[in-house]
Amino acid sequence: MDRFRMIFQYFQSNSESVMNGICGLLALASVKIYTSFDFNCPCLPKYNTAYGMGIMFVPPIALFLCGLIVNRQSVVMLEEWKRPTGGRKKDLAIIRYMCSSIIQRAMVAPIVWIIVTLLDGKCFICAFSGSIDPEKFAGFANLTQMQTQLLLSKVPCKDDELMRNNTSRKAVSRYLRCWSQALGWSILLLLIVVAFLARWLRPCFDQAAFVQTRYWSNYIDMEQKIFEETCCEHARDFANKCILHFFESMRKEIKLRRFNMPRGEEEEDHLRGITDQEQVNKLLKSWYSGKPPLDVSQTTQSQPLGKERACTSVPWADTVNNRWAAAQKASVSRQTDV
Amino acid sequence: MDKFRMIFQFLQSNQESFMNGICGIMALASAQMYAAFDFNCPCLPHYNLAYGLGILFVPPLVLFLLGFVMNNNVSMLAEEWKRPTGMRQKDPAVLRYMFCSMAQRAMIAPAVWISVTLLDGKCILCAFSTSVPVEKLGNLSYAGLSEKEMKRMLARIPCKEIYDGQQLVPSEVAIRYLRCISQALGWSFVLLMTVLAFLVRSLRPCFTQAAFLKSKYWSHYIDIERKLFDETCTEHAKSFARVCIQQFFEAMNKDMGMGHPHLPEKMPSEAGEEKEKLLGITDQGTMNKLLRSWHKCKPPLRLVLCLPSRGNGKSRNAPPLPVLGNALPLRPSPRPAGLGAEKVPSCQPKSRH
Repeated sequence: MDRFRMIFQYFQSNSESVMNGICGLLALASVKIYTSFDFNCPCLPKYNTAYGMGIMFVPPIALFLCGLIVNRQSVVMLEEWKRPTGGRKKDLAIIRYMCSSIIQRAMVAPIVWIIVTLLDGKCFICAFSGSIDPEKFAGFANLTQMQTQLLLSKVPCKDDELMRNNTSRKAVSRYLRCWSQALGWSILLLLIVVAFLARWLRPCFDQAAFVQTRYWSNYIDMEQKIFEETCCEHARDFANKCILHFFESMRKEIKLRRFNMPRGEEEEDHLRGITDQEQVNKLLKSWYSGKPPLDVSQTTQSQPLGKERACTSVPWADTVNNRWAAAQKASVSRQTDV
Repeated sequence: MDKFRMIFQFLQSNQESFMNGICGIMALASAQMYAAFDFNCPCLPHYNLAYGLGILFVPPLVLFLLGFVMNNNVSMLAEEWKRPTGMRQKDPAVLRYMFCSMAQRAMIAPAVWISVTLLDGKCILCAFSTSVPVEKLGNLSYAGLSEKEMKRMLARIPCKEIYDGQQLVPSEVAIRYLRCISQALGWSFVLLMTVLAFLVRSLRPCFTQAAFLKSKYWSHYIDIERKLFDETCTEHAKSFARVCIQQFFEAMNKDMGMGHPHLPEKMPSEAGEEKEKLLGITDQGTMNKLLRSWHKCKPPLRLVLCLPSRGNGKSRNAPPLPVLGNALPLRPSPRPAGLGAEKVPSCQPKSRH
């Protein structure tokens, strides 16, 4: 139990490095998938381009979506985006920050795939062997259009009978590979320059707002985790007490003293006063529909119920709309100094 | 948890050794990348030069920029450069030191790539096969070829299987010649780099060693301060979240009218402990102000020790409280030399931005 708590706390504190690690793993997986994939150019006039382009672009899309799915923050961001305003205003800058950090991490694996594909060259040769100018290479003179196209489309297949040991095939293949590698390196250089400029120039623009945004997006992430942890503890205690009451009511005469409250009372009471299903449901619903405002300076024990209290409560009792509007008004008036 | 914390602290304290490690890994990765890269000379007259020189120079540029991108200190340097002066003056020597140390580390992987490429020889062979001196190595008057035809033939030297000019220049001769030049260039480059590194390292203490020590200290300080601030913010966010959620549960409890008569004894003290960790920052507006002024107006580098002057006997036993320089000390404080000069402009303490 303690070990789980320790591991949980570690993940809580280092969620950025966990995300970076997952992103790196996906990139390695993408390279591994490419090397183990058995590329198989069809060597037919119209199929080549479709196959080559397909292999170059469809797996990156799948990897991008995988990157979004695997990242826990995307769910957090969507929840933050779509939640009702309740007692806490929404800050679009935070949502934008989280969105951009998620997309940046998800883009790494597809880009690695595309670059490895281009540096390897097979896709490019397969896709574009039919589009080159045959006059640049000896060996394609004195042939009709159709024959030239057929021969060119067979260039990627080394073992084809027509093309085996054909020097023109090798020349075309080299030419296309050279272009493919040049394109790959250029794209890599461009991306690195963009990354470098982004890192270097970011502090020049609105650094104060950026520090705030980073803090609050971190906060939202952590709050979500702690809420889940609290709910888990609550559920565990709830189940514990529920079962104990069940046993007690079934067999009153058995001495359950040793399992009973004395030990339980020494433990922390995680139930915090929420003790039946309806109450739990109401709590979860109001956590979603009206998050509490970001203000913990009030004292809790002696707060009178009333409108002047900060809107940590979201109404569900009388008329939902009435008190919801009152809550929003109160929250707006409390947060004008931001 | 303790092990992770230990490793984290080690990395925190030894940023330089961490960066050295990354730099070494990148150098190895650069050699490995070259070995894994499938060099493919196009064997066409003008393409050869472009391809060969491209492979010789573009990946080092990529590796150099990557070395900067991977170094966390880049954003720290940019932040330090661009921040408003506030109460802490900026020292260009510190910025220069940071930049130089980053650039030195980032240069290692490109230097490794260039050395490995030159020592291997394929790039130079591909790039300069059309410039081979035919009159020295072969038979210039072979078959009266035009200039263009000869260039086209020579361009195929790197591609042994399609080379058809054995009578003009035997391919082994040309290859050996070009490889010899390439390896000579490679070793000269390695020697030059090593001599430069040696000179930089051994001559530096002869010039302004005192200023150098100062710059090194303050650049480490800025790095550590930034990390600690991030860590403190994270801890604060955690406590904030815990207290917020706790209060939410309590409010739910009250609103449902159940008012559990006894909240266990531990709750107030635990709540109190968590609240202490909040360091008095308990709402969104205050936190935003704090973060804004951390950027706009960093505190001066002057810890002021002041004794609380209340009553007679008690204050002597109380330990002095460190207070950051912009708070009013209860008695005049000694002024140790800080990063800034004597004149420190003050930020407006009540500014509304």
